[in-house]
Amino acid sequence: MSATTATATPAKPLPTLDPVSKGFWDLANRGRLSVQRCDDCGHRHYPGAPVCPRCLSRQQTWEPVSGRGTLLSWVRFHRAYWEGFAPDIPYVVILVGLEEGPMMISNLVGARAEDVPIGAPLEVVFERATDQINLPKFRPRRG
Amino acid sequence: MGDFRALKDRIAVVGVGNTAYGSFPETDDYGLGAEAFRRAVEDCGIEKDRIDGLLVCRVPYYARMGQILGLNPRWTISLPPHGRMSAMGIIEAAAALHAGLCDYAALIYTNIGRSRRVNYGGDESPGFWDPWGMTSPGAAHALMFRRHMALYGTTTRQLAEVSVAFRHHAILHPDAVMKKPITIEDHETARPICEPLRLLDYCLINDGAVCLIMTTRERARDLRKRPVLISGIGGREAYTDASIANFDLNFWYEEAQDMARQAYGMAGVGPGDVDAFMCYDNFSPTVLFALEGLGFCGRGESGAFVEGGTLRLGGKLPTNTDGGHLSNSYMQGWALNVEAVRQIRGECGERQVPGAEVVQFAAVTPCSRTIIYTPG
Repeated sequence: MSATTATATPAKPLPTLDPVSKGFWDLANRGRLSVQRCDDCGHRHYPGAPVCPRCLSRQQTWEPVSGRGTLLSWVRFHRAYWEGFAPDIPYVVILVGLEEGPMMISNLVGARAEDVPIGAPLEVVFERATDQINLPKFRPRRG
Repeated sequence: MGDFRALKDRIAVVGVGNTAYGSFPETDDYGLGAEAFRRAVEDCGIEKDRIDGLLVCRVPYYARMGQILGLNPRWTISLPPHGRMSAMGIIEAAAALHAGLCDYAALIYTNIGRSRRVNYGGDESPGFWDPWGMTSPGAAHALMFRRHMALYGTTTRQLAEVSVAFRHHAILHPDAVMKKPITIEDHETARPICEPLRLLDYCLINDGAVCLIMTTRERARDLRKRPVLISGIGGREAYTDASIANFDLNFWYEEAQDMARQAYGMAGVGPGDVDAFMCYDNFSPTVLFALEGLGFCGRGESGAFVEGGTLRLGGKLPTNTDGGHLSNSYMQGWALNVEAVRQIRGECGERQVPGAEVVQFAAVTPCSRTIIYTPG
């Protein structure tokens, strides 16, 4: 589901843009985090799907969410499975539970993982990867 | 009809065979599969041409396998190369035999991943979360184990008990890959791969093949060895969070509880009756999750449960007496089912559990399955 781009420096894998995911990345480009919400039953889910997993409706909308969540878990990679991540190792990957329900895998910014307890509040920040892709990441929530 | 419990004690494993385990670049999937099949046929003494059911897993092309073995069965299933497929396949074969779709089924698993330098991550297995660097089944288990540590206070020293016990068993197994004893300290200081997991929490990748031959209890009487009956089966999938491959926020607890109810109820036994436990162990934390989900210990208590050698031969619950995926061989559950059969037959030599009569296999994964074996 991912694709790497051919560039001079080793690239990191990029998300796949398809008819389902396009709405998410359009909103991300404007600095908004979103989940897919079913127009018929209101079910919220992520990643996006061609039909609502609860009621099978095809009528779904990417709905901006608060960008707030909590840290559910984290790991630290000591092996680079892609050349593009080699300069980053060891790097941290986190699991975030969004306030609205769905979970997202992301990266932690602005803190050492050891200093952020499981259950701590997080908030989304965006890091631009390419002209098309603005990647959501998370930092400890302030205030 | 219509109740899976009707399968209780109806179907037997009658023949088992495995190749040596290691690195065999001189052969291929079919060469390994043929050798395991040859040994399983020899084990049960069946006339090969009576086999009319073929289930293959991780074999590139089922028809080529059939051609090589000279089989033209009336029932064939080909399963993908996922670790969770072994008990799924055995249960499917049992149902097919019970329904009369075939009379004798050969189940063949082959793996030449070592010689092919298979990688479980990166571009070889692309996933939705690659842009954030999240990849590999090991990382998913690391994510779960970190959460288990936070929720229940489980420690990596407790986790080490799993790897240490299984290595001890591998040393007693003539075919096992890993033969050097390890200690809890070795586990604690091993190279980190994806924290909190280290090298000794990861399964091997090696070449090899396994074959089981199954038939009905009645037909089993005419074969060479005492049949081993399938007395209980259970299963439950967890697909809700499948975009994070090999992950479940609750350690597949509800699913394992569900399959335990099915299998123990069908077999008429409970966790306290299990003489030896064969637990799918792609990564060591999975064993802890299985112990909790099946009810060998309370929820969140697996760390304390495994302390002090519980899983070792002679301990309260001898587990993966062949060394498991962590130290014997990466046969993706298939070799553990063979070990269950051999334990019940009393063929395990130095690693035999005395008087083993109830042996349970379980894989706690996005497709959880369990099988309870008893003597026929």
